[in-house]
Amino acid sequence: MVSAVFPLKVSGALTRHKGKVLVGPVDLELDGAGTCVVLGPNGSGKTTLLRMLHGIARLHGGTINWACGTEAARNAQAFVFQQPVMLRRSVLDNLIYPLRLRGVPRHEARQKAGEWAARAGLTGMLEREATVLSGGERQKLALARALMGDPALVFLDEPSASLDGRATREIEEILTTSSAAGTRFILATHDMGQARRLASRVIFLLAGKVHESGPAEAFFAGPITPEARAFLKGDIVE
Amino acid sequence: MVDLWQGLSQAFWLVITADETLVEIALRSLRITLSALVLACLIALPLAAFLAVRRFRYRRFVIAVLNALMGLPPVVVGLVVYILLSRSGPLGALGLLFTPTAMIIAQMIIIVPLIASIAHQSLRDLWHDYHDLLISMNVTQTQKMMTLLWDARRALLTAALAGFGRGIGEVGAIMIVGGNIDNVTRVLTTAIALETGKGQFSLALALGFVLIALALAVNLAIHGLSRTEREGRW
Repeated sequence: MVSAVFPLKVSGALTRHKGKVLVGPVDLELDGAGTCVVLGPNGSGKTTLLRMLHGIARLHGGTINWACGTEAARNAQAFVFQQPVMLRRSVLDNLIYPLRLRGVPRHEARQKAGEWAARAGLTGMLEREATVLSGGERQKLALARALMGDPALVFLDEPSASLDGRATREIEEILTTSSAAGTRFILATHDMGQARRLASRVIFLLAGKVHESGPAEAFFAGPITPEARAFLKGDIVE
Repeated sequence: MVDLWQGLSQAFWLVITADETLVEIALRSLRITLSALVLACLIALPLAAFLAVRRFRYRRFVIAVLNALMGLPPVVVGLVVYILLSRSGPLGALGLLFTPTAMIIAQMIIIVPLIASIAHQSLRDLWHDYHDLLISMNVTQTQKMMTLLWDARRALLTAALAGFGRGIGEVGAIMIVGGNIDNVTRVLTTAIALETGKGQFSLALALGFVLIALALAVNLAIHGLSRTEREGRW
């Protein structure tokens, strides 16, 4: 695992689509400790921020500097999408895919896949086609697949959106265990309960800009801006 | 109607008695078309994957040309290959004219655009699904193409079968470059054309039914081997 991706320094970063600025300019520094939760109402740019930091969304201005350099950082990261993308393969083949890309021998990859399948509760499903899994199973598979390659940092976009309480708890257990083992997470959610349970740091986004950022305890105890206060109270914030 | 029944019964007897000439012609048809198909797939499938994942300046133009070439007139292909392979042509020294190899080349040229276009449609849709995941995994262009080709293999089979269907039923080009020489380049379609010309409609029909049965058998065999149309499979 590459642990030197942090600190992350973002300076004036912005991304556009058809001339319209979706997110930015963003100025941010992350030291990588614990789990960073990106909060904000729908359309505030949470997903785009994650995609921009990871490099899927094109950077149209500013800089994103990872401690180990962009290319090394990309190889030390994984991304779990809100709608998990399943390869048209079995669960096992989905799990071993990232390792096979790196040239890990099949038997070694299979062994590790078995371990991760057990952790994600997918042991009995290894030979099933991934695309026939339920939403919760898909999300767990996507998370396990992301963690298979021992990434230093995982981006998670609404990992438990549209999942029931049990599936959410299972996902969070995996996140907590992996976080304790040293994997860092940047997670976008508007599930306040989840944010409170997992966050060590919060970034509050509004209209594509970082409105407030800081330690989770301080944010939840007393947000600085009226918009963040309103958001925590459950009011509509635009 | 009488001709149809006669053709059907004659086809039945030719198959039952394993008529030597029929078997030879049928096997030659299969060998030529399958060879052309394999070579065409080796060109068309990577080309389709490349067009799906790679963005370059004239990409849309290339795709449009490829789609247009699906309707390539076989007679024109035959004529061009004939000129290239004839003694005075640039490849005349190879001595390939009126050989099965020339027929394979002609068939391959005809079916490459067809397979590439159909394959491209499937791979483009799959790439749309996979794009974010594969970009996030930082995979190389080759790995992207290999992933798409493997995961779309059942859809690509349809493309290959379409190519096979076009190839096995082709007559214009292979008649020109093969010459329909008995025991050398005569295949089912050229034999049908010859028998029709001679007024032997029953035999021509019999060969036609054998051709249809052959195409059907190959399709069913490939479908069976590749386990398509089964639950939870693609």
